[in-house]
Amino acid sequence: MKATRTSLGLVCLGLAALLLLSLLLGLWLGTVSVSPGQFWDWLWGRLSGAPAIILSDLRLPRLLLAALVGASLSVSGVVFQGILRNPLAEPFILGVSGGAACGAVLALLAGVASLWVQSTLAFGGALGTVFLVLTIARRRGSMETSTLVLTGVMINAFFTAMIMFVISTTTDQKLHAILFWLYGDLAAANLQQVYLLLPVTLIGGGVIFFFARHLNLLNAGDQSAAALGVAVERVKLLLFVGVSLLVGVTVSLSGLIGFVGLMVPHLVRMTLGHDHRLLLPASALFGATFLMLCDTAARTVISPSSLPVGVVTAALGAPFFVLLMAKRGSRWW
Amino acid sequence: MVAKERNRLLSGRDLSFAYGGREVLAGIDLDLTSGEMLGVIGPNGSGKSTLLGLLCGLLPPDQGQVELMGRPLAAYRRAQVARRLGLVPQSPQLAPGFTVSETVLAGRFALMGGRMFENSDDRAAALGAMDLTDIAHLAARPSGELSGGERQRLALARALAAEPEVLLLDEPTSALDLQHQLKVMGVLEQACHSQGMAVCLVSHDLNLAGLFCRRLLLLSQGQPLALGTPQEVLTPDLLQQAYGVEVAIDVEPSRGRPRVTLMAPPPEAG
Repeated sequence: MKATRTSLGLVCLGLAALLLLSLLLGLWLGTVSVSPGQFWDWLWGRLSGAPAIILSDLRLPRLLLAALVGASLSVSGVVFQGILRNPLAEPFILGVSGGAACGAVLALLAGVASLWVQSTLAFGGALGTVFLVLTIARRRGSMETSTLVLTGVMINAFFTAMIMFVISTTTDQKLHAILFWLYGDLAAANLQQVYLLLPVTLIGGGVIFFFARHLNLLNAGDQSAAALGVAVERVKLLLFVGVSLLVGVTVSLSGLIGFVGLMVPHLVRMTLGHDHRLLLPASALFGATFLMLCDTAARTVISPSSLPVGVVTAALGAPFFVLLMAKRGSRWW
Repeated sequence: MVAKERNRLLSGRDLSFAYGGREVLAGIDLDLTSGEMLGVIGPNGSGKSTLLGLLCGLLPPDQGQVELMGRPLAAYRRAQVARRLGLVPQSPQLAPGFTVSETVLAGRFALMGGRMFENSDDRAAALGAMDLTDIAHLAARPSGELSGGERQRLALARALAAEPEVLLLDEPTSALDLQHQLKVMGVLEQACHSQGMAVCLVSHDLNLAGLFCRRLLLLSQGQPLALGTPQEVLTPDLLQQAYGVEVAIDVEPSRGRPRVTLMAPPPEAG
């Protein structure tokens, strides 16, 4: 689709409608059933008692957090794929999420309960990993898929070892929570977390969107981007810091949710094309919708128990990844 | 003299460059004036592509300075350079998922400033560039599906869309058939004549360069061996020095320029 003001507006409007529908669906579905009448009343603030608490204090924050996490991870995937020029680049696969998790776990180890400290350390972990990946990529000029995937596997193995070390030293009652968090869990969502992630996603995503045209050129290659007027090193640095911020804060709040940054951008690209002016906002909105639906599934498929949402995204994402690997080469992306 | 000074768009003074201690270019002095097409020729590894890299600012010279419109290139921001100077590299980088028209429109990047979307001027310039390079019929195709020659024309169209005052090209016709070689060289010549564009063209095709360029720069092992008209540069002696081969020179019939014929040793008996 051609990127114009009109097409961007229409795409955003359509996807926002889808987002709203998914939100309503996620609020309505759950272990405790809510009748349509109760739901209607709640919408207008006329419901009280247990159902109201379930909707307002449990489901709503969890869905909102899922939306923000989904948007952040999807935008991060778009940026990594665009700059590294590799369709399989994604925060989880690259090990950037693992680096963030390591930072957040360090905060837990130090006994710091503050969300801000955890997020800051996770941001540091993500940023450090991005530059590690870049150093490896730069040595070879551009990044081969095998290098990229292997680097990610190794980085993830290292961080998993670190995290397991930390877990081994914790008490049993925390174990379940940390284990779920490692797989990506939104069960502990509250509005405080939403208030922390909302400005990060909006500002980070906004800054990245400002560089959509730069990303279009970087997607062709550094040399041609520079020749056409992009200050390549400066723009890349800025984008990587922005993405590290999104991934760091996201991981510290929701744990390791993989493959969202892979699936969502590809599905959007297939329908809307490669122009980042459409791809970035559409991926943000669709990623939000996608993770809300995944989390709703995680809450309901083995009800009354609940799965970590990362289990759902991995179950969908791993086959998707293999499919992309197999298709690569026969097509340009 | 004053007029010539004013028309000087790009100049390099005493340029030298080394890759990892090995000097690949030294002592290059070059002026490119408005409306001129300069050809850079020389054997493989003589520093032609490096020279283009220095002239467009993607490579920093170890010594010497490049000036664009009288100001050192280093004093410009990347986007300011791109508004005035275009580059078509030897193997152009294209984003394979973008369509031909999206790729050409992306060439307008530096002219758009803070605008997020292209306006009618941008679209008109892109359409014009696609027409000139004969790729308008490919507009909706992803660039990853193009042939080598089509990619080359697309890269040229992307550079032309920015309407640069100076255009640097690295073997822009190497993958083109005869018809498109003539067409592309004609487009460049026309841009020089009517818009005063300055073109610097690296080519292995001595005859094509001699046919269209007013001046030729012959490089050999990173040094300038000769700079002058095709008649002055395309001589058996100079080409023997640079390439180490024997050539015969006569006059080609269309423009009366020198024509280079490679003299092969006699075929093996039997």
